[in-house]
Amino acid sequence: MSSPNIPELSIPELSLVALVGVSGSGKSTFAHRHFRATQILSSDAFRAMVADDEDDQSATPDAFDALYYLANKRLSAGRLTVVDATSVRREDRAKLVALAKQQDVLATAIVFDVPESVCRERNVAHRDLPAHVLRRQHAALRRSIRGLRKEGFRKVYVLSSVEEIERAGIGYEKAYNDLRERTGPFDVIGDVHGCRAELVELLGELGYQVRTDDQGRSVGARHPEGRTAVFVGDLVDRGEDTPGVLRLVMGMAESGDALCVLGNHEDKLVRALTGKKVRIAHGLGDSLDQLANESEEFRAAAKTFMDGLISHYRLDGGALLVAHAGLREQYHGRASGRVRALCMYGETTGETDEYGLPVRHPWANDYRGSATVVYGHTPVPEAEWVNNTICLDTGCVFGGKLTALRWPERELVEVPARREYYAPAKPLGAGTGSRPPDLLRLDDVLGAHIVDSRFLGRITVREENAAAALEVMSRFAIDPHWLLYLPPTMAPCATSTRPGLLEHPAEAFDAYRAEAVPSVLCQEKHMGSRAVLVVVRDAEVGKRRFGALDGAGGALYTRTGRAFFADGHGEAIIDRMRAAITATGLWEELGTDWLVLDTELLPWSAKAGSLVRGHYARIGAAASAAVGESVAVLERAARRLPGELEELLAAQRVRADNVAGFRSAYRRYCWPVDGLDGISVAPFMILAGEGGFFAERDHSWHLALIDRLVEADPELLRGTRRLAVDPGDAESVAEGIRWWSELTEAGGEGMVVKPMRPVSRGKRGMVQPGMKCRGREYLRIIYGPDYTEQLDRLRSRKLGRKRSMALREYALGLESLARLTEGEPLWRVHEAVFAVLALESEPVDPRL
Amino acid sequence: MILLVVLLTITTTHRPADELGFLLHKHPERVQRFEVSAGSAHVFYPESGPDRCTAALLLELDPVALARGGGGDGFALGQYVNDRPYVASSLFSVALARVFGSAMKGRCAARPELAATALPLELRLPVVPSPGGLSVEQLFEPLGWSVRTEPIPLDPVTFPEWGDSHYVAVTLTASMRLADALTQLYVLLPVLDNAKHYWVSAEEIDKLVRAGGTWLANHPEREAITGRYLVRKRRFTEEALERLAEFEDSVETAEAAAEEGEVAEHHDDAEQRDPSLAQQRRAAILAALRETGARTVADLGCGEGSLLRELLGERALRSILGVDVAPRSLRTAARRLRLDELPQWQRDRIELRQGSVVYAEERLGDYDALVLSEVIEHLDPPRLPAFAAAVFGVAHPRTVLVTTPNVEYNVRWDSLPAGTKRHGDHRFEWTRAEFAAWAEQVCAGHGYTVRIRPVGPLDAELGAPTQLAIFERTEVQA
Repeated sequence: MSSPNIPELSIPELSLVALVGVSGSGKSTFAHRHFRATQILSSDAFRAMVADDEDDQSATPDAFDALYYLANKRLSAGRLTVVDATSVRREDRAKLVALAKQQDVLATAIVFDVPESVCRERNVAHRDLPAHVLRRQHAALRRSIRGLRKEGFRKVYVLSSVEEIERAGIGYEKAYNDLRERTGPFDVIGDVHGCRAELVELLGELGYQVRTDDQGRSVGARHPEGRTAVFVGDLVDRGEDTPGVLRLVMGMAESGDALCVLGNHEDKLVRALTGKKVRIAHGLGDSLDQLANESEEFRAAAKTFMDGLISHYRLDGGALLVAHAGLREQYHGRASGRVRALCMYGETTGETDEYGLPVRHPWANDYRGSATVVYGHTPVPEAEWVNNTICLDTGCVFGGKLTALRWPERELVEVPARREYYAPAKPLGAGTGSRPPDLLRLDDVLGAHIVDSRFLGRITVREENAAAALEVMSRFAIDPHWLLYLPPTMAPCATSTRPGLLEHPAEAFDAYRAEAVPSVLCQEKHMGSRAVLVVVRDAEVGKRRFGALDGAGGALYTRTGRAFFADGHGEAIIDRMRAAITATGLWEELGTDWLVLDTELLPWSAKAGSLVRGHYARIGAAASAAVGESVAVLERAARRLPGELEELLAAQRVRADNVAGFRSAYRRYCWPVDGLDGISVAPFMILAGEGGFFAERDHSWHLALIDRLVEADPELLRGTRRLAVDPGDAESVAEGIRWWSELTEAGGEGMVVKPMRPVSRGKRGMVQPGMKCRGREYLRIIYGPDYTEQLDRLRSRKLGRKRSMALREYALGLESLARLTEGEPLWRVHEAVFAVLALESEPVDPRL
Repeated sequence: MILLVVLLTITTTHRPADELGFLLHKHPERVQRFEVSAGSAHVFYPESGPDRCTAALLLELDPVALARGGGGDGFALGQYVNDRPYVASSLFSVALARVFGSAMKGRCAARPELAATALPLELRLPVVPSPGGLSVEQLFEPLGWSVRTEPIPLDPVTFPEWGDSHYVAVTLTASMRLADALTQLYVLLPVLDNAKHYWVSAEEIDKLVRAGGTWLANHPEREAITGRYLVRKRRFTEEALERLAEFEDSVETAEAAAEEGEVAEHHDDAEQRDPSLAQQRRAAILAALRETGARTVADLGCGEGSLLRELLGERALRSILGVDVAPRSLRTAARRLRLDELPQWQRDRIELRQGSVVYAEERLGDYDALVLSEVIEHLDPPRLPAFAAAVFGVAHPRTVLVTTPNVEYNVRWDSLPAGTKRHGDHRFEWTRAEFAAWAEQVCAGHGYTVRIRPVGPLDAELGAPTQLAIFERTEVQA
């Protein structure tokens, strides 16, 4: 390593590089020639930062504090870090080695061993370090050089002359575990434990062609489409043919058809084969016995193979990580004794369970990494996804099955064990209870957050909005397992200047024409309460697909995530909707066993009854009484004092009409209900199902399917009248306006104009997903009985914030659904759902 | 644009009745208009003759100006579609003083003796709030008024089943000095109104004393009146809920926020029933903490900090954390504990931050003991597994203390109607057996043992009102 002829110093891509040498030996110059300025942490620079003087030795302790702190941050983020300090003393280097270990990266030392005279000259030129200091440093360095590897530096390079320092270059070597360039496709295979027959069968299922030698032994396998098998380790022990499994996997590995990571059983077997003292247990004896019947040559080859196994692999651009016992994200791609141990044994809590086995730390429950982690080690009855991780050890040797995961297809392929080869210490699946509860973590939602959305990029959630949402989500929302989506707000169309009107559909058509949206769908607006309906085909689906433990058949919730009904009405509605979906054959047609629907539940008074009575009816009653009596008193006075009060009286009469209009406006949306009698549900979008993310289908597709549902249960379900309009066609627009006038004159709330494609892009990116055009009378409820008398003032309303909010919430809503349909873990879905609720707490004019 | 209206008519049958004009300083044959805050007032006489004279004060209000000037920041639907403008209220009092100020003071240069004389008067207000508590009768009858009220139904034609509103039309008759009558209206109308439109200041007290004078001092409801009149400082909707109420046309959410407001304002009813229970509960928690030898404690769901205050007094505790899901509770707790004024060594012992027991937080495991006092019953049952996983699974501290009501004991409280929960926000209340079963399940799932103790007066048959579970982590074997 210290050969003077090596022109290139090879260092791990991620490592802590210590430049070791006395002052003036050329470290800083070397560092700046070969590394980026941001990669170099120089003690001189830190002294300058803390004390305004890079030679102030009294600042050294503080400077190093800061240096170590920053080095920690960089390494923790996986960045190469070069420490430019003399590091000639053993205790100084020990700190660097400890730092590297703590961050699970390798430490490299580059020693600048130049004659003292050179350093002295340079020092005179640059600073005035006393000669005895230099001498002491030099002596310390000379003492150090031989022991550096022992101190814990994985690589040590000694540059012994000025010329060598000049000539040396830096080369980078990838970590052994870094196979990100290999994109597969892969077939990751769970713990085999000597079950050769099952392995051969599984390889066959996966499409591999197994090669046999002249004795009929399987010695390799290749997939005709060039797939690569990846073994999660624990090939050996317990089963009846450990040598057979090794022979096959070694053959595949040699020919490039397989990769294999190290399992704890291989590790122990290697130690046993090397003659180390190990306790013969857990099937090790079987392997040793079986291997004893093999040739010396095979044993040697097997030992070499197992000894060379790597703790974990990063594959497919970093999207896939395979480690025997799984691995927390912070250790991905790292190299250290700790990482190796964690990969082999996993994390345990230090406790043991009733069977005397170590209690596993459920690291996967709060795994938040972007890489999919595939692992084995702990036998489970079924391979199940938990937060983008999956355990493939389905206990083949214990009589379970051998499982493989096709990547990137994410399909499971399994073959059953032919028998129980080894009695498990505890029954398969015992003590693991039910499926882990997909824990949501506080860090997932609290604090300022950025949610990456596929339709609108990065969406920021402000800290105080997250704080407000946390309370609502924790105290009032339904179980997050069912809370798959929250509906977005919708902005009104631009404010109309037509006499007597605040909103008119011409504004919406104009807006979409300006964005070159070819077709819009006008939908009647149902004045009720927004309700999201999740329906599963049977309770088992809720458990399996959403991890809901309550055995419910779905959920019906409000726009803030609360259960819509406190009593059993919600369940009854879910049941009716399930029956309608079944009757319509939509389960089969859409290839799903669950659906999420966006609906409006009527009447308004069903949910908002106390608000209607306590607020709107109360105001109506007070206003009628006040205005009625005023008109009467004014009429009497006007008879007595003609000419004086006509204006006041006329104004009061207008007010009386307005109050009457206000009262009839809210009455229209109230009617008595008794149980489900009187309740209507108007679905207007089929948001998602297993088959996919239906937000990419036209609104006409949604409503056509919904019409069929309505037909199946016309008593409960209500269709949505609609009209397609081409915003570029004057006649079509006129028809749309006519339709709106009819709807609103008949007392309707108004309509919503939506681009035919739910996700539409215009000239400036994503267009508003809809604009509401509310009727003149309806708006009395929103703006007050007399709003029609103050239109000029109201027309100055500002829509910008509302529109931006509508767009962001819409994108987040779609994001949660997309994540759901792509099988992402609960916390990822919840992150987007939570963000909608948080955005809703941004202040915006509630009348919009 | 002025839109809305409040009306008062004042009728006298004193002879000559039209001398009312002198007393009011307003000519019976003219229509007069005055600018008042948030609108304008009109005075005119629907009838005027020697036998009977009626003056009308019609107040027209600008609702937008009201909303803008009103208390509370941000929007709330209620501010926009607002009943204030139709209802005799504090705004009306302001106008009354502005328009009839001299009459209220009893000044009348033209008819001084008339101003000092009790006259037969009839005052009519078509819409007066009568929200319960103090009734119109209770307020005015002790002063010598004969009170007639007619309920105003909410929506009699379309929805007769909705019944009456909280409003009544009021007719007051008495023989009384006009100045007294007006002054009494001035003070008592805002008392009937639930929400004053402006914040009360110290100045208000002076105003009240000035206006009230002797009749108020002798009023049997004197304390309630001054209390209601002055103490309206309480925020109606707390900030977080307020902001969530700002949803578009989703009236439903305004309603939800109103419900939440109710909940937030709720005191623990059980504690009101038995004030020593909360104290006993805290004492039981402190005793349990001492037994376990905890040096660091986190109070999850600390609310406004009543337990934290006592924890601070425990010298053995090195570090105390208060966690609550409601930011406003944490603000109140910080204020009540006077965190800003604590000496540094004390301040360093305590930390407050937001958190939620249904979201996992590993760092809570750094505390020796977690306390969840009267918390779990505020969780919907489907969220209990996540709660247990977060607290017992992820945080996994040495000790967890959980208190919750024992529902069996509820029958001992006469004031609690049968089948009612102790608190409006309780999602469930468990029997002793139910709590024990849940605790056992937690222990089995997460490696704990549990002891459950009664807290509060022990009933031989029903147990104690509160149950305290002391969970201890099963220590590492092997």
